[in-house]
Amino acid sequence: MKLRNLFLAPTALLMAVTMLAPLAIIVVYSLLTRGAYGGVELPWTIENYSRLYDPVYAIIFLRSFWIAAVATALCLVLGFPLAMFIARSGSRKNLYLSLVILPFWTSFLIRTYAWMFLLRDTGIVNSALLALRIIREPLPLLYNDGAVILGLVYGFLPFMVLPLYATIERLDPSLLEAAADLGARPWRALVGVTLPLCAPGIRAGAILVFVPCLGTYLTSDLLGGSKTVLIGNLVQNQFTASRDWPFGAALSLALMAIAMVLLFAARRKGEELL
Amino acid sequence: MPPETLLSLCRLSKDFATQRAVSDVSLEIPRGAFFSLLGPSGCGKTTILRMIAGFETPTTGEVWLNGQRIDLLPPYQRNVNTVFQSYALFPHLTVQGNIEFGLRHKKVSDDINRVREVLKQVRLEAKASRKPSELSGGERQRVALARAIVLQPDVLLLDEPLSALDPQLRKQVRGELRDLQRRVGVTFLFVTHDQEEALSMSDQIAVMNAGALEQVGSPRDIYCRPRTRFVADFLGAMNWIDGIGVRPEAVNITSQGRKAIVTGVTYLGSFCHIAMKLVEGEETIAAQAPPGSTFENGQTVCVTWDPEDEIRV
Repeated sequence: MKLRNLFLAPTALLMAVTMLAPLAIIVVYSLLTRGAYGGVELPWTIENYSRLYDPVYAIIFLRSFWIAAVATALCLVLGFPLAMFIARSGSRKNLYLSLVILPFWTSFLIRTYAWMFLLRDTGIVNSALLALRIIREPLPLLYNDGAVILGLVYGFLPFMVLPLYATIERLDPSLLEAAADLGARPWRALVGVTLPLCAPGIRAGAILVFVPCLGTYLTSDLLGGSKTVLIGNLVQNQFTASRDWPFGAALSLALMAIAMVLLFAARRKGEELL
Repeated sequence: MPPETLLSLCRLSKDFATQRAVSDVSLEIPRGAFFSLLGPSGCGKTTILRMIAGFETPTTGEVWLNGQRIDLLPPYQRNVNTVFQSYALFPHLTVQGNIEFGLRHKKVSDDINRVREVLKQVRLEAKASRKPSELSGGERQRVALARAIVLQPDVLLLDEPLSALDPQLRKQVRGELRDLQRRVGVTFLFVTHDQEEALSMSDQIAVMNAGALEQVGSPRDIYCRPRTRFVADFLGAMNWIDGIGVRPEAVNITSQGRKAIVTGVTYLGSFCHIAMKLVEGEETIAAQAPPGSTFENGQTVCVTWDPEDEIRV
């Protein structure tokens, strides 16, 4: 056995057990009938998939895509200047990079609860504004789409910043000098040279943010309240409250399929996905 | 009447955090000239170029172009263009896209014809739709040139544009570059550390050392009448005997003259390089002998030279 294969074997085994096997189980479940108290039973059926045609689910899918897209766009707009700043801070690069990933040292759940404490009617933001007599009634900061997007942007910004930083860092500075030398003002140099050359990093960051945002359920559950149902929450509900495992399996496979189609469509001809 | 000055550097200095890169340099570059800045790496010649282009701000001093002070303008407002050492071609654009890049920002009349004409001048018409990564080193260098001259700059700044080419090609491109400069009539400011390049291409050369100017003059002046020991040593080899310089090619090995012992014979094709040590005194001396000469190490010979060839600095 080649040394390479020897070292690869544990990973291959882990992937098979933790990724392929669960996926196979989900596929099988999605084709079975719902059990009375959860679980699945025979006969085989494709009814779980035909139920997806209901416009209610189409709206939830669209809403989920919309919120993930807005969060991704905001991460890009906020993350690009930050990545640029870090890439150009010389010896302080590593300090800033560790600050970007510092939040990972605490659980995402706890950090999301922290946002609830900040945003709720009796939270710090509203209390402060009330005390300063800037507002009379608490602002509805929590339990809406805005709060969900805020939570997503906060949580996934590092996944945008890191690949962007890696691309910007490798950018040859003489290319930007050449742009200025050829008469391009800073804005034109950004649009005509920097952004096109950072396209691989932008694509990688967008995928790393968009995909987890699409499947999120924690953020929408805690910050969106009952009003904001996203696909993630819908799937979660099938496996808990509704006890409809086969339909939950079909939903999550549909989400996977659509996300993959979108990613392959976003891929440029002849380029790798990431 | 002396030629009109196009670009002047007035007492230009540049300090970086730990060192002075350029020290009190004043230069006048005439319109239409092929002007070279020659010096060893780290002598400040590239920093001067970057201050003219606008990538560095002078610590003190001024840059004047066409009667206008430009050292405070951003790079995109200066009518100078640069051919970068690495060429800095935009990898995401085609050859044509690279050449057109500047035309979108600078007003030049008759854009399309100019691009076509410039492509023809650098013999790249057939490769207009290629990406830089699909080109050879020489072709990339020509794209970098075309991209700059299409904008008709007052001065074209060239930062060691031949150093990335292999030696065979380098010699050929020297001639091409010189011809192109004559044809388009743009003033060239050419930075190099290669004395042969500077001697063979330039109308005028400014030799720099450790951030300061050593000497400015025609190639012949600089080579035959160096004013400092540094210039004499930097341009070609030089023997120093009793404080007087003699070029190896001026030294004759004959039967009469000062006695010397041969310490090394190197065959170089068109001639033999003979290293010797003078019998009286400690100095070594080198000479060029015909390729067929049969000197041997340890052999005692005599050396002479024409006093006309002596160089005093």
